[in-house]
Amino acid sequence: MTLLRLFGFGPQGWGGLLLAAALMTVAVTLAALLLGAALGALVAAARLSRRRLWRLLGEAYTTVFRGVPELLVVYVVYFGGSTLVSQIGAWLGGEGFLGLPSFLAGAIAVGVISGAYQAEVYRGAYLSILRGEIEAAKAIGMGGVLRFRRIVVPQVLRFALPGIGNVWQLSLKDSALVSVTGLAELMRMSQVAAGSTHEYFQFYIAGGALYLLMTTLSNRVFGAAESRVARSFRGGIGWQPR
Amino acid sequence: MIDAGFLLGTMRQLLAAVPTTLALFALSVSIGAVIAGLLAWARVGGHPLLDRFARGYIFVFRGSPLLIQMFLIYYGLSQFPAVRHSPAWLVLREPFNCAVISLALCTGGYAAEIFRGGLQAVPHTAIEAARASGMSGLLLFRRIIAPLAARAALPAYSTELVLMVKSTALASLVTVWEVTGVAQRIITHTYRTMEVFLCAAAIYLVLNVALVRLLMLLEWRLSPDLRAPRPLPAA
Repeated sequence: MTLLRLFGFGPQGWGGLLLAAALMTVAVTLAALLLGAALGALVAAARLSRRRLWRLLGEAYTTVFRGVPELLVVYVVYFGGSTLVSQIGAWLGGEGFLGLPSFLAGAIAVGVISGAYQAEVYRGAYLSILRGEIEAAKAIGMGGVLRFRRIVVPQVLRFALPGIGNVWQLSLKDSALVSVTGLAELMRMSQVAAGSTHEYFQFYIAGGALYLLMTTLSNRVFGAAESRVARSFRGGIGWQPR
Repeated sequence: MIDAGFLLGTMRQLLAAVPTTLALFALSVSIGAVIAGLLAWARVGGHPLLDRFARGYIFVFRGSPLLIQMFLIYYGLSQFPAVRHSPAWLVLREPFNCAVISLALCTGGYAAEIFRGGLQAVPHTAIEAARASGMSGLLLFRRIIAPLAARAALPAYSTELVLMVKSTALASLVTVWEVTGVAQRIITHTYRTMEVFLCAAAIYLVLNVALVRLLMLLEWRLSPDLRAPRPLPAA
């Protein structure tokens, strides 16, 4: 079979399926990034808390999810989630094995890991806010919520942007592990295509190339976002606003 | 609910696979460090062609998932009869070797950038001072550049080493019987998914915590200049 037919969009081509699978990879990574942002913010808050217990819990979370192989987290979420779903099914009168939808399992697993990394990013970003700004906000009478919304969040997001970019790249690559749950994302589709055509080399190269394309594109996007955000940073001595 | 006998038996079987995991780690990290050293050299050496090659290598191996690299080497290369009939097949037919090669190639890309950062963190003044006192070439590298660069690169390299311990789990997907692979084998016999995976997770956690402690100790040993001086004995 010629390369054109193999990777084309015709009835025997895998081109369309691979592109759709790449979109699925992006979708699962986006869902994971959002979940990870929520978890990461909570864990960062716990690690910055004045209460010892919260700090310990936050530290335990980041240690565990950065110290255990991503593959194991995917397995535990997928099988553990499926056991839970089966049990709920049994209570409702159903029987047999019910699987956790693989998209959900993948997004949760990658999201939980990304949450551990994002927590560190947010914590670092929070610590780089100048104390004086918080004091100033207090001095002019801003309450906790208002101060958080107007002073803390905008700055944390700016400082955290490069870190979030790194976590996104990490999650994009971790999402390949979700293939073990059978979700038709890029890794899985490359495997299926390779297996059914016996052209392993070509399809893994093609899959890898699509991953490279995605990482390059997202690098561009984050780079543009960073330079946009950089306009609002304080400059050094002699710095003039443009 | 908790079956202590089963957990104990599982733990014993999983611990028996720890040497395989450690072997994957040690071999791939050593080979990867050599690759990374060469790539970092190419990046800072100033030769445009070598620099471009190193950039390309780093881009490819850092930009795509390790799993697809591993599958490419294990399933992809064996597709070609030319590979199967070459002497390289003696190495490539073993899944363990394929796992080591792909882990090493991948960490080579990541560590190259870390090493380059370390090399560039060596202050020019230190090199000038060494040259002024007559050092050059290998002596300059061994006495001045290498120690300073290693100290600067160590924190980032520690993170990379922890990532590598975790990455060895992917070898289970190319049928290497390391900790994760053995965990899966136990599960296909017992169907007790959660207990087995949690035992495996605990093993990796202990390995990584031990590794981080060791590296922190090393970092402390290597930075006497950053420690507070010992208090002088009271006069």
